[in-house]
Amino acid sequence: MNNNTHTVIPDKIPFYRDVRFLKVFFQILFLIGIILLAGFLYSNMLNGLRKQNLALDLSFLGSEAGFGISEGIDYDPSDSYLKAFWVGIVNTLKVSIVGILCATIIGFIFGIARLSSNWLIRNIAAVYVETFRNIPLLLQIVFWAALTRALPTVRNSIIISDSIVLNVRGIYLPSFEPGPGFSAWLWYLLAGVILAIIVVLALAVFRHSGQLREPHDTDRPSFISNIIFGAKWAAAPTFLIVAIAGLFLTSEAPFVVNRPVLQGFNYVGGMNLTPEFSALLIGLAVYTSAFIAEVVRSGIQAVVKGQREAARAVGLKESQVLRLIVIPQAIPIIVPPLTSQYLNLAKNSSLATAIGFPELLHIGHTMMNQTGQSIPIFGMVMVSYLIMSLTTSAFMNWYNHRITRIGRSR
Amino acid sequence: MENLAITQEVKPPNTSKGPVKWLQDNLFNTWYNTILTFLALVFLFFVFRGIFIWVFTQAEWQVIPANLQILMIGAYPIEQVWRIWIVLYTLFVLLGLSAAVWKGLVLRISTAIAIFGLILLLIPLDIVKNSEIGYATLEYNFNIAYLIFFKRKWLLGGLVLFVVSFFLGRDKNKLKRWVIGGWVLSFPWTMITLHGFGENTVSTTNWGGLLLTLILAAVGIVVCFPLGVLLALGRRSQLPAIKWVSTIYIETTRGVPLITILFMGSIIFPIFMPGDFQLDKVIRAMIALTLFSAAYMAENVRGGLQAIPQGQVEAAQAVGLTYPKTMLFIVLPQALRSVIPAIVGQCISLFKDTSLVTIVGLQDLLGIARSILGNPTWQGLYVELYLFIAAIYFIFCYAMSYVSQKIEADLGIGKH
Repeated sequence: MNNNTHTVIPDKIPFYRDVRFLKVFFQILFLIGIILLAGFLYSNMLNGLRKQNLALDLSFLGSEAGFGISEGIDYDPSDSYLKAFWVGIVNTLKVSIVGILCATIIGFIFGIARLSSNWLIRNIAAVYVETFRNIPLLLQIVFWAALTRALPTVRNSIIISDSIVLNVRGIYLPSFEPGPGFSAWLWYLLAGVILAIIVVLALAVFRHSGQLREPHDTDRPSFISNIIFGAKWAAAPTFLIVAIAGLFLTSEAPFVVNRPVLQGFNYVGGMNLTPEFSALLIGLAVYTSAFIAEVVRSGIQAVVKGQREAARAVGLKESQVLRLIVIPQAIPIIVPPLTSQYLNLAKNSSLATAIGFPELLHIGHTMMNQTGQSIPIFGMVMVSYLIMSLTTSAFMNWYNHRITRIGRSR
Repeated sequence: MENLAITQEVKPPNTSKGPVKWLQDNLFNTWYNTILTFLALVFLFFVFRGIFIWVFTQAEWQVIPANLQILMIGAYPIEQVWRIWIVLYTLFVLLGLSAAVWKGLVLRISTAIAIFGLILLLIPLDIVKNSEIGYATLEYNFNIAYLIFFKRKWLLGGLVLFVVSFFLGRDKNKLKRWVIGGWVLSFPWTMITLHGFGENTVSTTNWGGLLLTLILAAVGIVVCFPLGVLLALGRRSQLPAIKWVSTIYIETTRGVPLITILFMGSIIFPIFMPGDFQLDKVIRAMIALTLFSAAYMAENVRGGLQAIPQGQVEAAQAVGLTYPKTMLFIVLPQALRSVIPAIVGQCISLFKDTSLVTIVGLQDLLGIARSILGNPTWQGLYVELYLFIAAIYFIFCYAMSYVSQKIEADLGIGKH
């Protein structure tokens, strides 16, 4: 029978050689393989959990955590596990954001220094970059942690120019805090906002009336665009002038510098960075700044040489060449790798678990040890990091898209 | 008379480049550069003075020679060390042959490695440790000779093998195929030799120190490469199922820190395995590192694939090549060539990332250093110890990035 049908329709390809069929067939086979693997792992997990007398549920999150967390937002051991987890997330975000700020500043300084015309500066920057880029981050963090732990006791603190204190309890920095005149200064801020609005409106009306007198009425700018023009050029300076004037005009100081002072057995006041936080921050900032310096350097160098030469040829000053020609073209090149460095820094903050800074993974680990619920907690930790990464890369894609579109419209 | 003044001969501009001219151009060309130069000099003076004083008068370097063995090989039994030397000898021979056959860049790289070995051979670390003998005395010279010919006979033998195989392999281009085969086989050969079988097995839990770091990095790089290529091809596949599975794998893995994947290997992985199935933690760390870096490798390879014009694939199909052949002989060779720098960059970060296995309790270079510091005898000597292992990491990473730059220059990537 079969043979017959084949001979009857000889020009039809048998189904097992038809590409369309094969494509579907292999995909189904592939998916079945993956599902089987998942099922195998799942059944193993159920067996394993049964042996440990554990059930997969999230109800433990509501119960009392019972372990202390050395630093972070307001938290008490009697709070729930969910609260403890939240403390971890906030600590991760805190160290990531401060780290990104520091790394960007240091990185830009060294990136630009690598392009300096001064041989010595150029090479100091190169040594900095090569050194910190080629030593594992974990080693650096562990080193800084050992160093902060070896700082002198409170009594023998290292004090730098009366305001920075280093001791075994951490680093104390002076902080700016609102003083007695702060509320008076807020009124100045409000006045600044109102004045800025008035100036912008006045400028717009003035410009608009000037334009009305001009003959070409076909493409005359609208009143709204004049307001935008005014806001762009006049709003910020007006507001700043009033705000700064307010700083001096208030009868009492609107801000006070809060210096750390020795009180009893400890320093109080100012800003206190714990030893773990300081070690992690220094490690992350220094390591990432070396990469950012390279990003900045290669971004600036990627701007074609002809652009610079052309800018010089039309008589721009060296500072104008940088500001008007090189930097605007370098920024779109710099931003994507810069964002991925930021992402790396946020992910690398998980190394804090090695030195005991209570961030997301460290707290997750403690929770796992206490409850034995390793799978759901691990899932929560992974998902938290994934959300951070995916939102950042979504933003990066959006930004890239915008930048390339602007580039094309030119 | 005025015309004469105009046609007066003008000397050509001074193009000589003496040291004074160089200083003027590079350090004192503007007023702010002059200020910067002086500030930098003051800064360097204090930094170097501080380092100099610390290194020569305050640091207690004896911690390094005393622990050199465990820093290098961890708990690998000392009576089995000859196996490590056999592996190294294999590599030395292959290196010597490669240098002879390919010359050029390979020759330069292997010469650099040999010179480094020679320096290691001649460093009198062991003597400095416990003697007050002057450097110029006869006894000192005898000690050096003793060290080289008896205590460091293995290293000396390796260098001799390197030179011998270099001279044997010269002008024998037929050897190329064999040398490539040798490199391919050297990986399983290394594993088998180090692990051994039967009674002489050295379990992976005893591997440690620099040895473990290098093995982890080598396994990660060698295994993640084919995996990464497959994932990259999968992500660009036209079959939705394969495309989506690859994409989800790559993005999820890249979205989480390596340490979570290592923890997954050490905490979660055993839960998902059948009851009596066990893998030791070194193997689990290897798997975690490999799976992690495969996702990054896939993205690097994909970057190369995207740069290949569609016409190449169409031309390959037109001459009747199947998909695997198109990829293997047309697309991948071109794609991989253009992403060599990125791949080397990834090898560097993988090498650094191996230090993370310390957190899950493995005794790699950093882990050993930390456990030495846990010993009361060496407590507080963390600066010396961490500086030493930082130098080891630095040398390897810097060498790799240097090689990558040279390859880039040789292939002319980025010049077109």
